[in-house]
Amino acid sequence: MKQAGSVQQTHRHIALGLTDERAVEMYKTMMLARRFDERGQLLQRAGKVNFHISGITQEPSQVAMGFAMDLKHDWFLPYYRDYGFVLSLGMTVKELMLSVFAKGEDPNSAGRQMPGHFGSKRLRIVTGSSPVTTQVPHATGFALAAKLRGEPSVAIVTFGDGSSNQGDFHEGCNFAGVHQLPVIFVCENNQYAISMSLDKQTRGRICDRALGYGFPGIRVDGNDPLEVYRVVKEARARAVAGEGPTLIEIMTYRVTAHSTSDNDMAYRTKEEVDLHRAKDSLPVYQQYLMDAGLWTEEQEVKLQADIRATIDEGNEYAEKAAFQPVEDAFRYVYAEQNGEGQ
Amino acid sequence: MPVIEYIDAIRLAMKEEMERDNDVFVLGEDVGLKGGVFGTTKGLQLQFGDQRVIDAPLAESAIAGAAIGAAMAGMKPIAEMQYSDFMFPATNQIISEAAKIRYRSNNDWDCPIVIRAPIGGGVFGGLYHSQCTESVFFGTPGLKIVAPATAYDAKGLLKAAIRDPDPVIFFENKKCYRLISDDVPDDDYIVPIGKANVMREGSDITVIGYSMPLHFAMQAAEELSQEHGIEAHILDLRTIQPLDREGILEAVAKTGKVLIVHEDNKTGGVGAEVAAIIAEELLYELDAPIRRLCGPDVPAMPINPPGEKHYLLNKEKLKAAMLELAKY
Repeated sequence: MKQAGSVQQTHRHIALGLTDERAVEMYKTMMLARRFDERGQLLQRAGKVNFHISGITQEPSQVAMGFAMDLKHDWFLPYYRDYGFVLSLGMTVKELMLSVFAKGEDPNSAGRQMPGHFGSKRLRIVTGSSPVTTQVPHATGFALAAKLRGEPSVAIVTFGDGSSNQGDFHEGCNFAGVHQLPVIFVCENNQYAISMSLDKQTRGRICDRALGYGFPGIRVDGNDPLEVYRVVKEARARAVAGEGPTLIEIMTYRVTAHSTSDNDMAYRTKEEVDLHRAKDSLPVYQQYLMDAGLWTEEQEVKLQADIRATIDEGNEYAEKAAFQPVEDAFRYVYAEQNGEGQ
Repeated sequence: MPVIEYIDAIRLAMKEEMERDNDVFVLGEDVGLKGGVFGTTKGLQLQFGDQRVIDAPLAESAIAGAAIGAAMAGMKPIAEMQYSDFMFPATNQIISEAAKIRYRSNNDWDCPIVIRAPIGGGVFGGLYHSQCTESVFFGTPGLKIVAPATAYDAKGLLKAAIRDPDPVIFFENKKCYRLISDDVPDDDYIVPIGKANVMREGSDITVIGYSMPLHFAMQAAEELSQEHGIEAHILDLRTIQPLDREGILEAVAKTGKVLIVHEDNKTGGVGAEVAAIIAEELLYELDAPIRRLCGPDVPAMPINPPGEKHYLLNKEKLKAAMLELAKY
């Protein structure tokens, strides 16, 4: 304690219940996601892999979400841009690289699915598909199971702004609202569904839809990861207290094309993209840590070197790794008896 | 052994499995105090409470989707679709999700869900309360599909479906609910998924089918036996996915003449696949072309009584087709 009369500055992360170490860990995970994502794009452009889909500038809020959850008990239903989210849940760069290269050891799908289709039972990350929004009712179902079993688990599901127009969004939210289920619905509103800007998709605010389901809907600035952390943590507390679901709309912006198969200059301008790229919260959060005395230039240099080494290592491993043997390509359509093929 | 109705056998299977396993629960529209629009779940909510017999909002994709999520979390949900006609909003969840969860995760995740859906006409339900929708789901790898014709099989197959580690669609025939009664043991038994059943032994013609039309075939077979001395061999597929190939081939080889019957329309129906299996394996053992007697290729049956009657199969239609085949 300081002397009475002096002003003690409490840093935001401390006020939110994040230790200095966790606040720094968040930054490292955000940066790891950024560099991984950049490498994925590079690999695709170099012709090493077929496809990459990016979440650049969405990572700070994704990581903040992960840090607000209970990794032992909660269920995670990410969507395809969530590298920051799944890295914060314990997935490794090596595992993500194995997915990018579609190799047999990929824990997400053994190289069966496109990259960005996450899944790992060990990490409580629920397998996902490509038809968007199907994961929303699944999250409701995970929350239902938690309620029926009296488990202190919360399901958190993410999806894009485009997905908020699907029936599964409304159906999943409504069911969860009726039964007051422990679930957090997170719309990562990056303002584009491929080429469709937000004004072509909805006239209202996505967070306001929660009103119709009878639970809180909160809009939060995606460029403020500490605020995202606070909102998700509060939603989680409400969920475990039996107070039901929360809809969170994270306002962000997709600075990359939809995927490596898309040319976004066909439907928007470079000026628009640059405007938003300048709002990237990664350097802002880095500066926050520096101002708090938790981060230095030397640490930054070391972090970049460490990340580079981690990504190089994962990249090299995955590139050399074997594909799933074709003899196994048709396995697991149904449960196998005695672990043998059908 | 008590004789009970088909609908009671379905309810008994759910009741016994819910008593046996706390992870089993039911969700659907009107399944609670009302007991479902047909009464299939009557009494279950009183016995097990509203946490295990859940009245779900009217939204089929959420019923299937929430059940899929709960199944991935380790529960054993039974999702009721009020009519199979109304399950199309859930088709994406069933085909894109439930069917592919194990495969796409390389066996990391599984989806032990049961989806119950009433099929069939003859209840003046018109276009949208009468359809047989099995061909929409048939041919989707990852799904199992059963369609019992008897009360015994309804109980045994539903219990097998609930215990199965993969998604199973249970097509129950709404005309069978109160019309069909047979011996159903009180004790715990299952009917294995993937095994057809010989309903009647015969040496002249083979009839292969599933669900309600088999009862018309059985009635017709008795009359053909008495009136013409023709003995029909009748095979109930019971499971339509995966098909019991050996059972089909064995039944066809017995007579060399086969008639395939179902209420679902002919084109692209289960019968087309059964016919293809026979053609691939047994063409040169056939003594007659493969015949199919199915619902007509129109969108669905009309509600007006002559129209509905004209659409549906019955004993007379079966008898005529069976006699013609026998005489070939």
